[in-house]
Parts: sequence; structure tokens; C-alpha cells
Amino acid sequence: MRRTPLILSLVAISAVAACGSKSDKSTAAGSAGPITVKASDTACEVARSQLDAGTHVFTIANKGSKVTEFYVYAEGDRVMGEVENITPGLSRELRVELPAGTYQTACKPGMVGNGIRNTLTVAGSAAPLSQDAALAQAVTSYTSYVVSQSEALEQRTGDFVSAVKAGDLAKAKQLYPVARTYYERIEPVAESFGDLDPKIDGREDDATAELPFTGFHKLEKDLWVTKDVSKDGAIADQLQADVKDLVAKAKTEKLTPLQLANGAKELLDEVATSKITGEEERYSHTDLWDFAANVDGSQAAVAALRPALEQRKPELVKQIDTAFTSVDSELAKYRDGDGWKLQNQLTQEQLKGLSDVINALAEPISKIAGVIAEK
Amino acid sequence: MSENAVSRRRAIGLAGAGVAGVVGASAVGVSLFTDKSEKSAEPAISDAVAFHGATQAGIVTPAQDRLHFVAFDVLTKDRAELVQMLKDWTAAAARMTAGQDAGPIGATAGILEAPPDDTGEAIGLPPSGLTLTIGFGPSLFRDASGKDRFGLAARKPAALADLPHFPGDTIDPAISAGDICVQACANDPQVAVHAIRNLARIGMGAVSVRWSQLGFGRTSSTSTTQATPRNLFGFKDGTANLKAEETDLLKQHLWVQPGDGPDWMTGGSYAVTRKIRMMIETWDRTSMGEQETIIGRTKGEGAALGQAKEFDEIDLKGLNGAGDPLIPVDAHVRLAHPDTNSGAHLLRRGYNFVDGSDGLGRLNAGLFFIAYQRDPRTHFVPIQTNLARHDAMNEYTRHVSSGLWACPPGVSGPDDFWGRALFA
Repeated sequence: MRRTPLILSLVAISAVAACGSKSDKSTAAGSAGPITVKASDTACEVARSQLDAGTHVFTIANKGSKVTEFYVYAEGDRVMGEVENITPGLSRELRVELPAGTYQTACKPGMVGNGIRNTLTVAGSAAPLSQDAALAQAVTSYTSYVVSQSEALEQRTGDFVSAVKAGDLAKAKQLYPVARTYYERIEPVAESFGDLDPKIDGREDDATAELPFTGFHKLEKDLWVTKDVSKDGAIADQLQADVKDLVAKAKTEKLTPLQLANGAKELLDEVATSKITGEEERYSHTDLWDFAANVDGSQAAVAALRPALEQRKPELVKQIDTAFTSVDSELAKYRDGDGWKLQNQLTQEQLKGLSDVINALAEPISKIAGVIAEK
Repeated sequence: MSENAVSRRRAIGLAGAGVAGVVGASAVGVSLFTDKSEKSAEPAISDAVAFHGATQAGIVTPAQDRLHFVAFDVLTKDRAELVQMLKDWTAAAARMTAGQDAGPIGATAGILEAPPDDTGEAIGLPPSGLTLTIGFGPSLFRDASGKDRFGLAARKPAALADLPHFPGDTIDPAISAGDICVQACANDPQVAVHAIRNLARIGMGAVSVRWSQLGFGRTSSTSTTQATPRNLFGFKDGTANLKAEETDLLKQHLWVQPGDGPDWMTGGSYAVTRKIRMMIETWDRTSMGEQETIIGRTKGEGAALGQAKEFDEIDLKGLNGAGDPLIPVDAHVRLAHPDTNSGAHLLRRGYNFVDGSDGLGRLNAGLFFIAYQRDPRTHFVPIQTNLARHDAMNEYTRHVSSGLWACPPGVSGPDDFWGRALFA
């Protein structure tokens, strides 16, 4: 969280979401009906690997035992469309418009890592975008990311809150870092809505008479330190309500390309100042979940800007790609099952290793805003 | 983008010269191959020291008052990326030593959406005699497992052999060694810190700061034009130091000469850095007589014991009235003197430091020792071996960090860069 929230213009327009409620136009020639995706814990079987340009519907059935996600990525993991939070046994639909090009599909059982990837080729002609169109598309693409993440945030916070209210400490502790993941992925946007961020994500030492210690970290403290959540019903309900409020606001948020660029940088600043240090999750030490989520969010913003950056400064894109790869491989050292090692299990030397790769990434990412701003 | 070549402060002018407490001949251009040192009009302490030259500035340059020393680990595995960073650093160093902003756009001339290419805290400050001196550590050539990291192993100088463990060493690896060092010396601490901060920023991703050290007051003179300063023991330090004007001795003891090998080091020098914590409080309750016999000099004048004036010749053989040596056998000046060490001279360039306090009510203070030499194996190593075994001063000192650096020759001009000959 930040003490001085970024004030975004709150012009309410309906976000165009690739996986949202677009009118049901017929799919492009050559595509006959939904494309089925059989997702399991170890496989991601996409029924077709070649499509014609146009709008397509994927139906993803989770046959596995872990919650999964499904993504369609353009180059550089730019999200063309995604469905989050597909629980075992459930089927979900993804509607996505795909211009000609080469894409990757990915299932993410356990919602972590790069996922199980397949190549998807889309035939047809694709006119190069104008620079303005590339920026407009970046905003559309990232907005859809924010919407899908915030929907998942609302659901997973609900699961967490239920466990807290049921007094199931073990389950609540397990769900806590998962719910936080969705918050941390869109943190720069979440921080822009006045008091919502301090209420949801405030620390004990930020509390004031007007804004007492509530939200995720209050529950974190009670789960890990006092080990008593019996009096936290109201806090839990308030968290759920605040998150619901935040999600509604996020869905109508109108972003600018510059905000995407700054958001990508701010997420890495979050990693550097509050995750590597263990400041954010001081009771649970689940900082590496947030770390990974911040990096995911930064990558999503960069990926959305990718076509515009490719036009303006391709060498910067290469530099950023390399730096993201370094972060991924450094972070992967601390994978623990479907989650992460605890921050306080890492040595100072290991934390410096993480700090170094984040600095190496943040440096080129800090240049994006300037590149986007220059005509 | 147009090059912003305007100095941070256009005209220091004559007003600056009037403030100068210490003025010295510009001794940067001392040639390896001639015996003439180039002297120019006496500069003010706020003036610029030439960055380009046959040897690196910041070695025989009259020691400036402030230090910020930094050691970097190289993160990148890509040799080309490292070389590009060294080129970028060299360009920024040339600008900053001339009193300009670190980047071509400058601290405030850029667009509002991009981070500035200079951090800004030196705006309005004169060049302040800033020198930036680079050195390469043994680990740049081979890592701990012996791996040749950048295809440089064959070029590693034999003189860059790891320093041995000396008796009494309490070295902390976290503040020791490194792949690359940069010594920033200036007469304004903000100018020195600005330079290191901007190099660290430019190198982000390719290198990572391993450790750094601030020094607030010089403890050595490197020119006969300078008065001898005092260290935190309160004694004059560096009276018998190698000086810029001693050109024959510099050839013998400071600069790597043709044929010493490797060729890329000809005109360079080796730096040894040692952070020496001083046990200030116990020293301060030691009698003046004992302090003087430990050092081997008088506290006030700085004369060798038995002599009257600071620069009077030291008498290592003389006896006092009681028949004891004038200079005790375990006195620091005796053990460090060239006559005790087969004639080996060092060019010392150390700085006093205080890193706050240590939580036990004591100053965390001492000397950040820097010494340049032609070959550490014949200079620092035997001298320090001698001192570590016998020096009476050891009771009041702890060596807590250690570094060894191959400092290449100077950057010849705008087309040259730090380490060009090494990476050629």
C-alpha cells in the first residue's frame, strides 16, 4: 500500500473486457463452435491448434484436483484473454478476439508458474496498428486483466473470509496468501481508490483513530500471532465489503497508457521496498507470494504495452524480456510445492540475489513511461 | 537529445581560489617514461582534475579531503553487456569529473515522464577536484570455483594474487573484495557520493553494489604541496609517503612498468584497501608517552623520535641515553619504513571514517586504508606481514575488510574507456 494514493481520473466508462459480456457475434469462418480445453493437473488439451482470425470461444473444463486458470497469450505473454479461478469439476467459457498471429495457450494448475503451454496459430491478415491504436489496445488489454484479477480477488477473498468466520485457522492460513495474490497483482490500481487500500491492506503502524487496523493484515496477525480469530467476524465482513467495493470501482476505471507504464514500475518498487524486506507479511512471512504476484502484474502491464514498445524501442523490449527471465529463474529457486518458501527462511545472500534481479528489471522498466510519453 | 556540456556551475572563477585552503600542483600528468611532472597554475580545490591522461587520476592527484569508495559484484554473464557498461561509466565519469551532469540530458532538462539521467544532488556544486579511479578485483577473472567468467583468466596479472591471511585479521567477507571498485575522491562529500550513486544507477542490472565506504578526512599527503593530515589516533599520517613529485620512486614503486606484464596493466597500479577499525576509546586513555612510542613519532610536530622536525631524517639505528633504540623495535614507523622492508614504498591514500557507533557506547571509527603500488607481492604483503606480527599499534586496531584491485592505466581520450585494453 502507499500513503499517498495515485489519483486516477475516475471517468466511468465500461471497460471492454475480452472475456466479458461482448455481444455474441458469430465466430469467424472456419471455426465451428466452442474450442474445448481439457485441463488437468498435468495436461492442457486444446482441441484445435489452428484457427482463423476472429472471435473464438474456449470452453475450459477442469478435470484435475487443483484450481486452474486458462490464458491465451500473444508474444511476450501479452494476455489476449484469460479465465481465473476454475475450481475442480467446473467448466468456464472464454471469449476472445484473435487477429492473425502466433499465440500460446496455457493452463495453470495450482495457479502458479508458466503453466502448461501449447502453440496456437491464427491465420488471416492483420494490418499493423497505428501508434495510437497500439496504445489504445494496450489499455483495453490491461483493463481486461484488471477486471479478471479483481473478480478472482473477490471470490478468493470470500473463501478466505468464510474460513476465518468458521474459525478454521488452518484453512484460513492456507487461503490467505492465495487471496492476497490477486490484490498484489493489481496493487497500483487498487491503491488509487482513496481509503480502500489502507482499509484492505494497511499495516498496524499505519493505523489512526479514523482508520483503525483492519483488513488482510489484521486477520494475518490474528491467524499467525494471537491465533484467535473468534472476534474477527466484523473485520472479515468489512474486508469482504471493501473488496467488493474495490472490484466495482476497478471495473469502471479508465486507465491511460502512462498509468500502465508507471504501474509496471510501481509493482517492482513494491517488491523492492516491502516484499524482499519482509515488511508486508511480517506475521505470516508469505512475502514471496506477493513478490510473484507483483512481478506477474508488472509483466501483464508491460505485455499490454508490448506492441507499442516494439514500434518505439524494440531494444528495450529485448532487455526487459531478458530481465523478466532472470527474475523468474531466481524466484523459482524458492518454489515450495504450489507455493513459496517463507521470506524468513531465505538467507541474506538469497534475498540479495532476489534484490539484484528486481533492480536489473526495474531499471529498464523505469524507462517505459518516457518511451510511451514521447511522440 | 543535445549534449548538455555546460558545467553544473558555470563560473567558479577567482572567488573560489580565495577560499582554497589547500592548493596543489596538478600532478595528474606524471609520465611513466619521462622524469618531468607537468605543473600548471595552482588550481583551487573546487576546480576540475583532468579525467583523461596516461595514468588514472586519483592516485598521485593531491589527496582530496573526502572519499566514497564502492565495490561492485558483476551480475551479468554477458561480456558485451559488461563492456557496454564500462563505456557508459567512462562517459559519465568524464562528464562528472568535469562538473557536468552524469547523463547527456541532465538532471532537469528531460521530459517529465522519464526518470532524469542525473540524480541532481550536485546541481550548483563545482567539480570539487572529483577523481574517479577504477580497479578490477581477482574475482572478475575467475570466480570462487575457478571458472573463467569473461574469458579474461589468461589476462589476470600474477600480481593480483589473493592477499594472504595476516595474523590478527578479523576480515568480514561481506565488506571485502569485489569484482570492480571505484574510488571517488573530491573536496566536497556530496560530489563524491553523487558520482558513486550515479555510477551504481547506470550499472544497475549489470553490477550490484557489494559494499561501500565513506571517508570524511584524508590521512595522507600525496604531494609535497600538501600539509600532512592527522588520523583518528591524533597523529600525522603519511609523512614518509610516496609523493607525486618523486618521479623516480614512482616508477620504481608505484606504476606498473613495461615488461612487468600483463601489457594491459602497463601504466596502471595495484590498490590494496583495508578497513581498519581503531579502538578509539582505549587509545584515548593511553598516556601520551606510550602513544608516541607506539607510533615512533612525536604527537605535536610529528617528528621521528629523537628528531626535531617532521621531515627530519628518521634514525632507525640510533640509541637514546638509556641505550635503547630511539625508535622502539615494535614502533609503527620502524616496521612500516622502507628500510625495514627491503626498500618497498607504498603510495598511501587513506581516509578517516566514522560509521556511527557500535551499540556498546563506542565510536565505530578508524582508517580506510588505501595503498597503491607496482606489485603487492613485493610491497604490501611483506610490509603488512611484518606489521601484523610485531606492530605495537595492533592492540588498538582491527582489520575488518580487505580488497585488492588492479587499476589499469588512464583513459587516453573520448574514444578510450575503462578497461579497453583488458577487454581488447
